[in-house]
Amino acid sequence: MTDDSRIPSSEITPESVYRRRRELIGAGLASPLLALAGCTEAKTPVAPNPALTSPNGFSTGEVKTRFEDVTGYNNFYEFGTGKADPAKFAHTLETKPWIVTVGGEAELTGSFHLENFLKGHAIQDRIYRLRCVEGWSMVIPWQGIPLADILKRFKPTSKAKYVAFTTKADYKQMPGMAYNSINWPYREGLRMDEAMNPLTLLATGLYGKPMPKQNGAPLRLVVPWKYGFKSIKSIVRIDFVEKMPQTSWNMLQPEEYGFYSNVNPAVDHPRWSQASERRIAGTESKLFAQRIATLPFNGYAAQVAGMYKGMDLRKWF
Amino acid sequence: MVLSRGIDWRWFGLKALAHILALLPAAWLIYRALQDQLGADPVAALTHGTGDWTLRLLLLGLAMTPLRLIFKQSWPIRFRRLIGLYAFFYASLHFAVYLFLDLGSYWSQIGADILKRPFITVGFTAWLLLIPLAVTSNRWMMRRLGRNWQKLHMLVYAIGILGVLHFWWLVKSDVREPLLYAGILALLFAIRLKPRLHSWLQSRRTADDGQNTA
Repeated sequence: MTDDSRIPSSEITPESVYRRRRELIGAGLASPLLALAGCTEAKTPVAPNPALTSPNGFSTGEVKTRFEDVTGYNNFYEFGTGKADPAKFAHTLETKPWIVTVGGEAELTGSFHLENFLKGHAIQDRIYRLRCVEGWSMVIPWQGIPLADILKRFKPTSKAKYVAFTTKADYKQMPGMAYNSINWPYREGLRMDEAMNPLTLLATGLYGKPMPKQNGAPLRLVVPWKYGFKSIKSIVRIDFVEKMPQTSWNMLQPEEYGFYSNVNPAVDHPRWSQASERRIAGTESKLFAQRIATLPFNGYAAQVAGMYKGMDLRKWF
Repeated sequence: MVLSRGIDWRWFGLKALAHILALLPAAWLIYRALQDQLGADPVAALTHGTGDWTLRLLLLGLAMTPLRLIFKQSWPIRFRRLIGLYAFFYASLHFAVYLFLDLGSYWSQIGADILKRPFITVGFTAWLLLIPLAVTSNRWMMRRLGRNWQKLHMLVYAIGILGVLHFWWLVKSDVREPLLYAGILALLFAIRLKPRLHSWLQSRRTADDGQNTA
């Protein structure tokens, strides 16, 4: 497939039209009414375009997902299985104080107040694509610290082959836990090299604001080349382990969700296709937005494909 | 059922009300879609909304016979066709949303979707099966098909099961809602089967009695 084919021709505004529209606006015809109808906003193509991604993968120039959509459409089953549930119910989550416990195969272990856990690290910006296993995607500006920078401080031993993460589980603060949609607590894991990859972020905020509770306050993982459920929210435990740790969705449906869960358009979910996605981005109505092609490793192949060299990605989905 | 030749205004009013009620969810969905009030993923919201209402109307239509059995009144049957046709209407909207808004230009995906994805196969089959029922729902076809009409329309039981299965297979882990629909469907089937079960048991009992006395 050529790069051009990734942008449907319908997404491209002919130059003549584009120029005329500018003229109209320039002529002062852009009334508040037009602005209301969203007519003053350029219809920017939302196709995933690797050319828009910086060489290190840290940032993409693609159209971002609105703050309201990033914070109003979430999978965080501890607060309910509906997409709007976390925004409605996550306010009961207590994030202060927040204790993170580090354990397992490392020289330094123990429980730390979040402030101490993050101390000495500068917050960095990332703009990542996020692809949900359900077939939709977003573009989100995150703030956080590369996971590698933090993990190194605890001096993992040679036995540390994987990193396991655990979400807070508190029946009093998380009303969705009353229903066992997941075998609580929510668990995730990464191979050591994945955890140390510069793209892997421990996020503390988005859109320049402290992490909203429905998005996994105060500390969550962001692994942009994997399906969204790998980016575990509201982390309270990090363990260095020797064996591949158990992960929640894999425990629930091992034939549908693998440990790796790298975004891969060539390997379908047993029940639906992963070849394309609905991009939730921009200010215009998404009602008539075109589906876009899903890219291998969610468009981050240049940065991460090397880690899986020689692996059969159909087997290790 | 006695049908008068003159217009029964009471029934006319009730039917009109039923039409309005059946169209309200569609109107509400379309209104919110045009106002961009369906959240971050309006296509998913429309798909789920039209799917939910298909199942609800399907179950409501299937409830008419049990209602007649329970209340020993014939009026529920007079709404059955209308409800069934609206179930088909919502199923068609559901399919159209999937085809034109969800898949959009990715029509190449449709063949693979229908053949390879069991939940889509099942949903598509249910929609296909609804077509002959909708086509033969008029009085003329009813008369033409005679006894076969009843047999053909038994398909609605299969459609009900396929519809619930379609929902069940698409959820990731929270099966509470499909479970509710499955429960209602099972209940409706049980109510229908009860009198038959009774008469079957009755016939067995009399047969046994006959054997005992012989």
